[in-house]
Amino acid sequence: MMKTNDIILQTVTKVTLFVIILFSIYLFFTGHYHPGGGFIGGLMSSGAIVLLLLAYDIKTVTAILPVDYKKMIGAGLLFSAGTGTGALIAGKPFLTHAYTYVSLPLLGKTSLHTAVLFDTGVFLVVIGVTMTIIQTIGESE
Amino acid sequence: MEILMSFLIGILFMTATYLMLSKSLLRIIIGTGLLSHGAHLLILTMGGLKRGAAPLLGEHAKSYVDPLPQALILTAIVISFGVTSFFLVLAYRAYQELGTDNMDRLRGKEGHE
Amino acid sequence: MSLLHLAIVSPLVLAALIPTLYRTFPKIHTGWFLLPLPILLFSYFLQFISQTSQGNTITRNLQWIPSLGIDFTVKIDGLGLLFALLITGIGSLVVLYSIYYLSKEKEKLNLFYVYLLLFMGAMLGVVLSDNLILLYSFWELTSFSSFLLIGYWHHRERSRYGAQKSMLITVFGGLAMLGGILLLYMMTGTFSISETIAVAGELPGSQLFIPALLCFLLGAFTKSAQFPFHIWLPDAMEAPTPVSAYLHSATMVKAGIYLVARLTPIFAQSGIWLWLVAGIGIITLFWGSFSAVRQSDLKGILAYSTISQLGMIMSLLGIGAVALHFDGVNDGIYTVAVTAAVFHLINHATFKGSLFMAVGIIDHETGTRDIRRLGGLMTLMPITFTISLIGTLSMAGLPPFNGFLSKEMFFTGMLNAKEAGIFSLDVWGILFPVIAWTGSVFTFVYCMILLFRTFTGGFKPEKLDKEPHEAPLGMLVPPIILASLVIVFGLFPKLLANTLISPAMAAILPSLVEDGKQFNVHISHWHGFKPELFMTIGVVLVGILLYKTQESWSGIYRLFPEKFSFNKLYDHSLELLQRVSRKFTRMYMNGFIRTYLVYIFSFFIFILGVALVYSQAVKFDTADLAEVRFYEVILVAIIALSSVSILFAKSRLTSIILLGAVGYTVALFFVIFRAPDLALTQLVIETVSVSLFLLCFYHLPKLRKSEGRVGFKLFNLLIAAGVGAIVTVISLSAHSSKKFESISNYYIENTYKKAGGENMVNVILVDFRGFDTLFEICVLGIAALGIYGMIKLRLAKGKTE
Repeated sequence: MMKTNDIILQTVTKVTLFVIILFSIYLFFTGHYHPGGGFIGGLMSSGAIVLLLLAYDIKTVTAILPVDYKKMIGAGLLFSAGTGTGALIAGKPFLTHAYTYVSLPLLGKTSLHTAVLFDTGVFLVVIGVTMTIIQTIGESE
Repeated sequence: MEILMSFLIGILFMTATYLMLSKSLLRIIIGTGLLSHGAHLLILTMGGLKRGAAPLLGEHAKSYVDPLPQALILTAIVISFGVTSFFLVLAYRAYQELGTDNMDRLRGKEGHE
Repeated sequence: MSLLHLAIVSPLVLAALIPTLYRTFPKIHTGWFLLPLPILLFSYFLQFISQTSQGNTITRNLQWIPSLGIDFTVKIDGLGLLFALLITGIGSLVVLYSIYYLSKEKEKLNLFYVYLLLFMGAMLGVVLSDNLILLYSFWELTSFSSFLLIGYWHHRERSRYGAQKSMLITVFGGLAMLGGILLLYMMTGTFSISETIAVAGELPGSQLFIPALLCFLLGAFTKSAQFPFHIWLPDAMEAPTPVSAYLHSATMVKAGIYLVARLTPIFAQSGIWLWLVAGIGIITLFWGSFSAVRQSDLKGILAYSTISQLGMIMSLLGIGAVALHFDGVNDGIYTVAVTAAVFHLINHATFKGSLFMAVGIIDHETGTRDIRRLGGLMTLMPITFTISLIGTLSMAGLPPFNGFLSKEMFFTGMLNAKEAGIFSLDVWGILFPVIAWTGSVFTFVYCMILLFRTFTGGFKPEKLDKEPHEAPLGMLVPPIILASLVIVFGLFPKLLANTLISPAMAAILPSLVEDGKQFNVHISHWHGFKPELFMTIGVVLVGILLYKTQESWSGIYRLFPEKFSFNKLYDHSLELLQRVSRKFTRMYMNGFIRTYLVYIFSFFIFILGVALVYSQAVKFDTADLAEVRFYEVILVAIIALSSVSILFAKSRLTSIILLGAVGYTVALFFVIFRAPDLALTQLVIETVSVSLFLLCFYHLPKLRKSEGRVGFKLFNLLIAAGVGAIVTVISLSAHSSKKFESISNYYIENTYKKAGGENMVNVILVDFRGFDTLFEICVLGIAALGIYGMIKLRLAKGKTE
């Protein structure tokens, strides 16, 4: 490939990366009430990592984020399926969710929801899948 | 609007089909991409367009648009991404191994049914 | 789930355990683990005799698919019990025999015993189920397990051929039977056999009656190897001998007999039934015994002899149907045929079982079954000789063995057929005793061949691979037991008369016996100087004459050219079928994916078009439309333009960018149509996939300038336009016709109440339809792993594809 000057891209990436990731985490948590959720959050996060990949090369990125994305897929699936199984233990049909409201300091009245756990699984799987795909294709060059 | 959308969906399906029938692998993959766009819009249009607020209870509106097609489409978008990328890699690997992306040459050999 | 159900499925359960047992105890012959089960089952079924001999039946029900009327109903009556005893009794002996016959070191015993147990369970299911669908399921399971057992030595080409042949023919019959079951269901509305018998009187008026009858008979005739479907049985002799003794003489081939007996109350009112069952049976009897004479393989002789004996039982059942047309239990002259059928069923199992085992011993100890190489074994294998002597003489119908008794009754039955005077029996009925007698002569001849060619004459050690000697005791015990039964039943037939035969007859001819009463079965050795006796004497005299002069008349077998035989017909039609179907498949499966896509799309257009017209769904309603605004028109124009221009794009990059443009515009549509989640997802996905495309496209070749000739393009365009048009029509009609109330209100109402969320789309995804999402991420994971595998796992070039 052509040798390009990436300085601008790299500098901007450093700044925006955290913004994007923060935003994606926000999207993930707000999903139950506002647009967002596991899918979008996961995709946004992987978008951020893709940006990182574009700005730097694969070696650097794997040095920064030494994650095995295939394991992430497995972990995510376990998370989701595990949440469903939890309902079974409680004697309810598979994937029945429960929620409650608690008052937390600073945040005030907050809802705690098992669906978040399920969505966490989705979040992890989406990141894992996207990154596995991109990384393997990238590495094969 | 629905009529306009119907025709747009028709066009998307038509171009997608035409591309899928062509000989080059890349065109076929692009065709499947277009096909999924068409299908998403079709599901959305079937549910009716613009009848109420976005499906967020926070909007406190009297009526909301149908949330079910949206949930279906969200699933479909992500799946079609997975399938498209799988297909893309398949094509790329097939080209790498076999040295052609011409569908006419990529046919199964006799006796290898 | 009663004990009875458990008894039927217990062989299947044990079959599941066999592989583990085989591996855990490699020192012990796996057969020993099996042996207790059939013995246990046999003693379990024995205790029912006291019930059935009183005329009682035992029914146990277990719901399976109640909505379709399919239940696991088992019923023990005289007929079922008789078969169950045969299956478990002969089964025990065969298992014991196989322990010595199959070597622990050389054979894959785990497979063998799994198949055998499958068969045993299936067979018990066939004879004890009172539901036709259940019966059919077990019936097919017997075909499958028989296939596996015949092909047990699958490295032999003949084994594979025989297995395939039996499978094709019996499964064909089984499917015909399924058709019959469904036809019967259409007439009666029930799958229960008992209920069908209860309404049997109303059935003959129905148009479906005769087709159903024919279908059932096809099933029975193929299974019981009746002419002309008998050709599979000789080839099935490739199975290990214990299997032949068990399946192809005592049990499986009798399933067809069982079916005919079981259905006699339903179908036997018809003259077609009588003529077909009796006629095919008697032809089979003659053809089987006639063909047996020319065999040189011991098992081949036994195979044809089995065919012939099955034909005999079949014809007896057919003639026995005459009894249904006369009232009164004491009208014994027609019921005698049924008595003979049931009696001979038992006798055949005993003497044929012992003969098969004896042949197995000869094969095992000498290394050959060819009578041209055998001879003079009498002194070397005295016990085997005795067993064979008893078996063959009984089969030939000589006193004092049980075969004599049933053969006499057979002649009586055949002679009586003429008297009935219905269904033109008075004109053609004379044929039955004539053919029966001729067949019996040949039966006598092959019995002589079987016995004397093997055991007398000159001993030819130079033609044998092994030094022959008497078999080990364990191998001798089962045939000895069977042979002693031959004598016991021959001397004391009363042992069977009221315990097994008359309850079985009550099940075959239920309308003739009043509640709580019994058929009066009378079996005697001496009838006085009646035609039957002279027939037997004639059989013996002519038989001896023919045996002595065999050389001079064996030329008549050459009168039938080999190429017109049913075997050749079968081979040729199979070959033809394969060739034609291959040609036909090649015609449309040409290996081009494009052709397949054309099929798919054409069918898509066709089926949707037909469905639309047929259900009158094409509607166009302009009433309830959303308004069109300026921006939306622009977006529509962008998508339409870019998608169409992809068609004309010359370079890879252009088409990818255009695809991206379509994707982003679709995202804008989602914004306009109030789908924020979708818009966000689509934007991100589009970004990721465009970058994916860009990553990959370097590795793909450039687009070709020309896609081919104009005709090619036009054809594609035609199909593409068709697909586009049909989708447009669907979309318009879907908008215009609202057939059902929308279910989305449920979600709108309950999103907060039940799931505690506010974003409906997300709540649907993670909560209401969580299962879908779970599977969706599974699919994603699979796709990712697939991609990973495709790229990382590169097979060495040229090795495999």
